[in-house]
Amino acid sequence: MSANAPSLSVRAPPRRSGTVVLRRLFARRVVLVGAAILAVMAIVALAAPWITPYDPMSLKVLDRLQSPRATHWFGSDELGRDVFSRVVFGARYSLMIGALVVLMSVGAGILLGLCAGFYRRMDTPIMRVVDAMMSFPDILLAIALVAALGASMSNVVLALAIVYAPRVARVVRASTLVVRELPFIDAARAIGVPSWRMLFVHILPNVASPILVQATFIFAYAILAEAGLSFLGVGVPPAIPTWGTMIANSQQFAHRAIWLPLFPGVAIVLCALSLQMVGDGLRDLLDPRLRKIV
Amino acid sequence: MIRYLVSRLAGMIVVMFIVATLVFLITRLAPGDPAAVMLGEQASAADIAKLRASYGLDRPLPVQFGYWLQQLVHGNLGQSIFLQRPVTQALAERTEPTFFLTLFSLGIAMLIGVPCGIAAAVWRGRAIDQVFSGFAMLGASIPSFWLGLLLMELFAVALGWFPVAGYGEPGVALSVRLHHLVLPAIVLGVVNSALILRFTRASMLDVLGEDHIRTARAKGMSETRVVMLHALRNALIPVTTVVGLTFALLIGGAIVTETVFGLPGVGNLVVSAVLRRDYPVIQGALLVIAALYVLINLAIDLLYLVIDPRVKY
Repeated sequence: MSANAPSLSVRAPPRRSGTVVLRRLFARRVVLVGAAILAVMAIVALAAPWITPYDPMSLKVLDRLQSPRATHWFGSDELGRDVFSRVVFGARYSLMIGALVVLMSVGAGILLGLCAGFYRRMDTPIMRVVDAMMSFPDILLAIALVAALGASMSNVVLALAIVYAPRVARVVRASTLVVRELPFIDAARAIGVPSWRMLFVHILPNVASPILVQATFIFAYAILAEAGLSFLGVGVPPAIPTWGTMIANSQQFAHRAIWLPLFPGVAIVLCALSLQMVGDGLRDLLDPRLRKIV
Repeated sequence: MIRYLVSRLAGMIVVMFIVATLVFLITRLAPGDPAAVMLGEQASAADIAKLRASYGLDRPLPVQFGYWLQQLVHGNLGQSIFLQRPVTQALAERTEPTFFLTLFSLGIAMLIGVPCGIAAAVWRGRAIDQVFSGFAMLGASIPSFWLGLLLMELFAVALGWFPVAGYGEPGVALSVRLHHLVLPAIVLGVVNSALILRFTRASMLDVLGEDHIRTARAKGMSETRVVMLHALRNALIPVTTVVGLTFALLIGGAIVTETVFGLPGVGNLVVSAVLRRDYPVIQGALLVIAALYVLINLAIDLLYLVIDPRVKY
């Protein structure tokens, strides 16, 4: 029965094609600027070994705490390491952490949200746990999880994914509740389409827009949260040059060398800002009711 | 109304039970023996066994959880391992800076967010709207600890206008203590004003498009009166929710800001507890802050009843 399903006229509501959405998205100047900054950052991160003048870990004690100059564009740190090279390599770690957190939290959030929204029996238990998890301030829950799991890059990713998955679950559940009641789902059910197929083939593509918007914001929050955790000394080990660890390590010398916290901080702001610009643009485009917010 | 209140309180108890379970489980996630982790690598087997017995860690997990819940119901959050005093006492001692910091930050966030949000909505699409909306986006992208560090270097270290760090010597006047909070409160307030600004703008735009506003304008009422008297009162109702949400966010933000400015608040206590693996303090702080968050949400919902007579539960 289900094998014949596609031949029947069980159609989801028409969706705008990807090209049209992208064209309309990039017609907004804010989104274009945000996407351009992000693209530059991603390219810089990928090409880090070829564009950095120094090894980010190499120590040159004689060059310590040099202000920005031709030989060290962003200056050097207390151990004589080149700040520009470290900021560029930091982009690799920070963007990778952000991307992994997005992948894991969105994956888990989709599963939880779809189940809660589709299966009535699972709704209350899942959503009560989601409510409980959202009762903790993000950074506090992340700190507690890293404290329990141990400070390492993989545990920071895991902790932040656990922190942000409930946000995705809530959004996915809300959209699933709406889509579940649409006639094409009734029709799919009537012709015996199995539940998993209904969830992942019929419902998921129809709730993808809010997930995409959430994903961009979670990317930004994850980069900010990772920096916060590293700053507090409970995140990525200090030896790994993420933007957060660079600011954390600079605290002692900031009064003598303001460039130490300045450049990694600007990188965090630029990255989070560009993600929010793209996220806002996406949200405005995909959910016209929210257009007035920004 | 009473039925609504009872159902909300019942829901709150369920959520708090799950919160307590999560808090308990989080501290049991730690690989290995929690007692050994808490005492560090130098601890002897006898010390570890003693700590295990004193915290009931040698009993089965469900028994430990039951005992812990029983203690919670009696208001006992346990004993701090490092501070050697009850967790409730440790939290109470650290409440003052966090309370004032959160309060002042909220005031600053509202002072920036509400007027800027109104202006952005009233002059929608103009330069002022773009400036304020851009500021809101920037505010949400700045790490508070980084802004704190830069402002501290400028205003405290270079210009000497504010104390660099701390909360004053013990026993100093309240005004001196509060002076230490000015810079941290500005940092936290500015960063968190973004959300209030966005919501005020959105809410004002919604109200400004309603029929009664058009009627008021048609009657010849001045634009100032229309905005301040008719639009603002209605627009501020949804803003209440976001102010409550910001208050909860500020509690989280205070954790990082207190560390930057060396304020001896609850946030600083939590971070120190994490670094020292003082699990009873981590558990207690998580539980108290989550309870506060749940209570704030309930208070906001009830406040709705007072400020908007159309809302009925």
